[in-house]
Parts: sequence; structure tokens; C-alpha cells
Amino acid sequence: MALRRVPVIPGRTAAGRARPGTAARRIPAGLLAPAGVTAALALLPVGYLAVRSAEAGADAVARTLLRSRTLELAARSLGLAAVVTVLCVAVGVTLAWLVVRSDLPGRRFFGVLAALPLAVPSYVAAYTWVAATGVEGFGGSVLVLTLCSYPYVYLPVAAALRRMDPAMEEVALSLGRGRRGVVLRQLRPSAAAGGLLVAMYVLAEFGAVAIMRFDVFTTQIYTSYRSGFSRTPAAVLGLLLVAITLVIVVAESRTRGRAGYATRGAPARRPPAVRLGVAARAGALAWSAALAGLAVGFPLAGIGYWLADGSSAGADAARLAEAVAATLGVAAAGAVLTTALAVPVGIIAARYRGRTATLLEQSTYVGHSLPGIVMALSLVFFAVRYLPAVYQRWPLLVIAYAVLFMPAAVGAVRASVLQSPPVLEEVARSLGRGPLRAVGEVTLPLALPGVLAGAALVFLTAMKELPATLLLRPTGMDTLATRLWTETGSGAYGAAAPYAALLMLLAAVPGFVLGRRSLEEVP
Amino acid sequence: MKLTVTDVRKSFGATEVLRGASLTVREGDLAAVLGPSGCGKTTLLRIVAGFESPDGGSVRIGDREVAGLPPDKRGVGIVPQEAALFPHLSVARNVGFGLPRGSSGRTARIEECLELVGLAGYGDRMPHQLSGGQQQRVAVARALAPRPGVVLLDEPFNALDRSLRVSVRDEVRAALKRAGATAVLVTHDQEEALSMADAVAVMREGRIVQEGTPASIYAAPCDLGVATFVGEAVVLPAVLSASHGRDTVSCELGDLLPRRDGVPGAGNRTGGAGNGTVGAADGRPGTPGADVTATAGAGTVALRPEQFVLRAPGEGVEGLVERVEFFGHDAAVTVMLESGTVIRARTRGDLPHRPGDRVGVAVEGPVLFFTG
Repeated sequence: MALRRVPVIPGRTAAGRARPGTAARRIPAGLLAPAGVTAALALLPVGYLAVRSAEAGADAVARTLLRSRTLELAARSLGLAAVVTVLCVAVGVTLAWLVVRSDLPGRRFFGVLAALPLAVPSYVAAYTWVAATGVEGFGGSVLVLTLCSYPYVYLPVAAALRRMDPAMEEVALSLGRGRRGVVLRQLRPSAAAGGLLVAMYVLAEFGAVAIMRFDVFTTQIYTSYRSGFSRTPAAVLGLLLVAITLVIVVAESRTRGRAGYATRGAPARRPPAVRLGVAARAGALAWSAALAGLAVGFPLAGIGYWLADGSSAGADAARLAEAVAATLGVAAAGAVLTTALAVPVGIIAARYRGRTATLLEQSTYVGHSLPGIVMALSLVFFAVRYLPAVYQRWPLLVIAYAVLFMPAAVGAVRASVLQSPPVLEEVARSLGRGPLRAVGEVTLPLALPGVLAGAALVFLTAMKELPATLLLRPTGMDTLATRLWTETGSGAYGAAAPYAALLMLLAAVPGFVLGRRSLEEVP
Repeated sequence: MKLTVTDVRKSFGATEVLRGASLTVREGDLAAVLGPSGCGKTTLLRIVAGFESPDGGSVRIGDREVAGLPPDKRGVGIVPQEAALFPHLSVARNVGFGLPRGSSGRTARIEECLELVGLAGYGDRMPHQLSGGQQQRVAVARALAPRPGVVLLDEPFNALDRSLRVSVRDEVRAALKRAGATAVLVTHDQEEALSMADAVAVMREGRIVQEGTPASIYAAPCDLGVATFVGEAVVLPAVLSASHGRDTVSCELGDLLPRRDGVPGAGNRTGGAGNGTVGAADGRPGTPGADVTATAGAGTVALRPEQFVLRAPGEGVEGLVERVEFFGHDAAVTVMLESGTVIRARTRGDLPHRPGDRVGVAVEGPVLFFTG
């Protein structure tokens, strides 16, 4: 998927304890003002989309909504999301169980491989499948999106399995019941949370479905924006997509609360591995190997083939260098702006309670539920009308990155500020520092490594961003992602290969970190 | 500078944490606020420091009312529970944090403060290179450096090993005294409060219930609760009677002499809304006979372990030695009396008691009697 945003748990400050540091104090103006700017910026796209739809009038909105084309798109989008989600849950749960609980040969190895598809941008995977096999449409979209998204189910389910108390299973067995019922019941919250995350990402997906030529909301929004006769349909479709996504976000945050409860605390011991029969072992091995091969091996082999094929030799080195430079430039600017905007909100989220603090923090999470294409569209509308000076200039693209990746940055700032004890700020206050200087001289230096890690994550994610970049990039500027998109669109698979290879390389960095972490957890 | 806290009240939601707490600390004194956990002592400290705002009452440092000021404008030094040194700054920069940057004499003041806590030459170390006790001393130096009006210490020795605690206590007390600082130590450890402070304020349920010197608080607690909180005591039912112009407390250990100043009022001004003064001069054990208000009737007697004398069987009340804890310099002997009452007596370490011995138990000196 093009929108590989890191899932962020909308933060709640630990309630109850009155001291120290989290008292319901007044937020100093020096924090409140910049945080307000951040929140306003984060809310702007959705807000403006609503304004545009309202301006068009109820009639026009109703006409767009009730067109048979709209219903058809809704059916396609939701159908794709439903099928991919079901498949991801099936794949994720079976693989997690095999890796964590069975005596599958090489389960450490498969444990690492299972997280790796996160490192494959979905449009890159789509490109390799289209280029090699010519699959298209619904089937192709389901295939690619399932292979790219099942880790969202696999990771939480594997974590839940590791923390499950083996005593529960033993009790079930001793009572004459099978272990399956107990295990599945315990896994339900984490599998549901992962599944909803998958559904959300599939609805927001643009690149892969566009390459597969399967028409859904996002691609239709893009087309109707491109055709450019009337912008109302695009705005209305965007708003509808946001509404559907929000329903899923709310459902997902509910299950997440319960999943957290179900997996609290570590068990005293590890459950013994379940022994598989000979046939089951062979089947399990084939299944795990096939998944790893299709999800990771196939894209790598595909890119390797096209690189070796020689038809990519014609790729223009100067153009490639230009795209690399442009990608690095806008992504770096995006990371800097995102982090700068996130710092005041993250500090407030970590250190203050009350309605204002909650409101500020949650407004920045809007980007989490906003499909990139919709956000970009709204910014285009807004810029054309009010800020023609930045329309199709890089600042607008950088702002788009900031809105999209704000949740990850705010989460990183909040988490790292929480790790610096509030008592240090109090000592600084008692030694004559005002509230802002106490934060600046003590808390921020201590939180810096975490904040920088968040910035790096935003940087890497922004480099792979496709739909917003496609809409908002300055005329003539190409990033790695948009070049890959263009070349694939014209069937120049060989010419696209170097871009795909570079994107895979970039994407592998956080994937590598994730994989290493899961390696440490596998027994 | 003198610290005056008057009638401070504070509630968190429906919970009333401070119900009119008043406290006065004289300039240059080290006062201890002693109370069980949850009594509101930390909240009181945080209000003095400015981290919480009181719902009512006043806080004065010297002649200045500070209740409405932010923490950075109060001139209050704090030493938190676990030192809380800035981990990203060297020891010298920690100590210098409160000194104006670029001021002349800054380096000299840092050196001076490190010397004060016995850590001269440690300026270039990082906090993680110091032991827990050293960190705590740096925290004291950091609090003292800007010459604050008052230094607040919030259970500063809690995190330290038992063995280390006594020596760090001595060093911190010495440093505060050398600096001439007015300081308030909050603690739930009565031994710490009694041994370190010039004055002790006992806090209970959001109020200061008694203030005085450590000796007067121990010898003349205002009620049974304070008596048992500041030291070990055997509590027995007793009756007070007056005959031949002399008071007598009768309990199962015989007829005893009540401590004349061992009743509320003597040498201590007490009470919930009281604005008593904690000070070495004021808290001397009261003069005998001073406002004795206890009237004849039933009550309780509190006996300190060091008041028991173990004699040969037949002298005093008969008992059976159950247990002997030998500490070297002294010993604690647990004795079960014939009535079934168990007492714990402090005796010299060289007395040859064994579990199973029969002994006679007597009580020496005047005892604490409380009506009701």
C-alpha cells in the first residue's frame, strides 16, 4: 500500500494520580499557540472538504451520492476491503500460530520473514506482479493487498500468542475440551484490531489498485480531479470515504482497548510448542514458505529480473539522480516541518490533562484516518482558491506530508517526553526557569533521541508516499514513487525497475528494525 | 529565611488533603514534617514550592507572601526523593543550573557548594557515575547554590540503602547547617525526623497536630496517636486518680506516676488550626505542673520500652521471657505478663536473660497518660 503510516494509539494520559507533573495546570501560551496552529493545520483538509461540499449545495451532493456510479464504487471499495481483510486475518492468524506455538521447522526464520512485507510498498509489489504476470482487476488487487497487509494481523496476533497464559489451555484440555476454542477466543481482540487496520488501509489504498486498474473510491477521486470539469463530485466522494474510514477507526480503537486488556502482563512461563504430525508439518512448511515467497521473494525476484534484463539499462541516469535528489529534499523538508509542528502537541499530550490537551492531541490524529488522495485533493482546492502562490509548489507538498504523518511524529514526541521524569522539570522551575525554558533546557534534550527517531520514520515514510505527491508535486518534479508510477503506467517495466529497487531499499530500513525486534521475541 | 504557613487548605476533587495546616520554621532551622503516608505532607511541600496552588491560606517566605507566585519566582530549593539530577548535565552544570549564566563567581559558587556537601573535585563527573548517596548530596548542593530562602527535602533518603542512609543524613544535615539554610524535611520515618531535625511537626489527616523539639515531642506527645507514632510504646488501659494531693495512674503494672507535662498543652502549642512555633527554644519540655488539665477517670497509659526494668521474679509484676533480640549495645526483651499482656523492654545488652526465664517487670519514671 502506498499509505504505510505507522498505527498510532490515540494517547490517553494516565488518569488518577494527582502528582507530579500531570496536574491539571494551565498550558502556557508559548506551547498553546503553536499547538493550536498544528491542530488547525491537521483539521484543515477535512474541514475544507466539508465546506466545499456544503457550498455545492444539498442537491449537488445528493446527486453525486445517489448516482449509480457512486453506489458501484462503494460496493467495489467495501468489497475489496472485506475480502482482503478476511484473507489477511486467515493468513495472519495461521502464520502467527505456526511461528509462535508449533514446532514448525525454521520458525525463527519464518517469524522474521512474516514481518518483512511491511517493507514492500504496495504499489511496488503491484508493479512486480503486473510486470511479471499481467494479473489485473479485482483478483490482482486482492492478491497484492493481502500479501502486503497481512503483517498488520500477524504482528499483534503473534504478540498476543506469546503473552497468552498457557494455564488457560491446560485448564481447557483438563476439562476435556480442545485447545482451539480457548486460543481463538483469546486472539479475537488482537485479530479484530489488526483486521480493522487492514480494512482502513485498503480503503485508503491508491497506488496498487490504480496499477491493477481496479476502480475504487480513491482512483475515481483522482480521475474526477484530473478530468477537472466539476470538482464537487471529487469533494463529495472524498468526504464519503472519510466518513467510512472514520467508522472503521472508531471500531478499531474500541477493539484496541479490549485487546490491551486481554494481553496485559507477561505469563510466568512459555507454553510448550505444539507438535505437528508429519503431514501437518509438511503442509505448514509449504504454506509458510509459499507466503514468504509470494510476499517477499516475488517482488525481489521481479525487480532483480528487470534490472538484469537490460531493458532498464536505457533508464536515464540523470533522471534517476534528479528523482533521488527531489525525493530526499521534499521528504527531509516534510520530516523537519512535521516534527517541528508535532513537538508542542506531543509535549502537551504528555504533560497536561484536560479538555484542551485532549482536543489538541486528537485533532492531530485526523491524518491517521485520512486517505492521502483525499487530503491532497482538499489541499489543492484550498490552495487554488486562497493560496495560489503555493499551488503546485513544493511547500504545499511538504504541508501535506506534515498532515499525513503527524500522528507518527506526535506519538514519538509524546512517548519520549513521557520517559523524561516530570520531577526534573519541577527542579528546573524551582531553580528559576519559566515553564517553557524548563521544557527547553531539560525535557527536550532528554527526549531528543526519541524525537529524532520519529523524524527519521517520517522521513522514510514520506519518501515512499505516492498519491499526495502525485497531486501536489510541482510541475516537472518527480520523486522515485511518481517516476515508478509513470513508467508503470506506460508499460515501461524495465525503466521502472531502478526506481522500484531504490524504494524497496529505503522501505527496508524500518522493516529491518521491525523484523529484528520480532526476531528477539521469537523463542 | 523564616517560613510561615498559615491555615493552608487543599482538596483534590472530593478528597480534602489539607484541612488548615499551619507551620512556622525559624530562620536557619531544619524542621521535619513527620506523618504517615497519605497525611498530606507531600502536598504541603508542593504548595510551599509552588507546584500546587492552595485553595486557601497563606505561605510566607521571610516577609513575602508567595502563595500566588509561580515556582520560578519563589526562591525555594527542592531536593526530590531520588535526587533527580539532570542526567544530560555534568555535576558542575547541575549545581550551576540555578546560577545566572555568565555571572562572575559562578564557578566559585559551584565549587563552594560542592565542597559544602563534601564532593569537591567531582564537578566533571556525570550523574550516572555517582553513587546514590553522592547523587543526593549533589542534589542538595544544586538546591543550595542560588541561596534560596527555604530548602525543601521530600523524603530524600528513601531510595538509599539502610546502611548508607545514616551517613548521608549526617552529611546533608551538616551541609544545610554550614550553609545556614532554613530547611523543611518531609518524612514518614520518625527516627529520621527525631535524629536530624531541630524541630518536628507531626502531621495527621491534613493538619499539623503538634510542633516542638524532637525531645519534647517524644517525651510529651499531645495524644495517644502521636505517642505511638513517634516511638514504640506499650498501651494499656489505666485509671487516673488523685489522692493526698498527688496523681496516680493505676494499671496492671501497678500504681505509676503520671508525667506532669505529659498531657496536652505543656511546652507545646498544639491543635488543628494552631499556629504554633517550631523552634528549639520554645519546645523545651514543659515545666512540671504547667497547665495540667487531665482529670481523674479512665484512660490509657503509654509505656516506652526503655521505661521497663527487668528484675528478679517476685519484684514487680511476674512475667515469662519469650524472646531476646540482642543488638550489642542493648537488647530488646519480649516478656509475657501473667495477664497475657506482652511488653517489649529495652535493656542493657549484657543482662543475661534467656527465653523461658521468669522475671519481675517494673516501670521507671513518670508515664504518659491520656484520658478517653
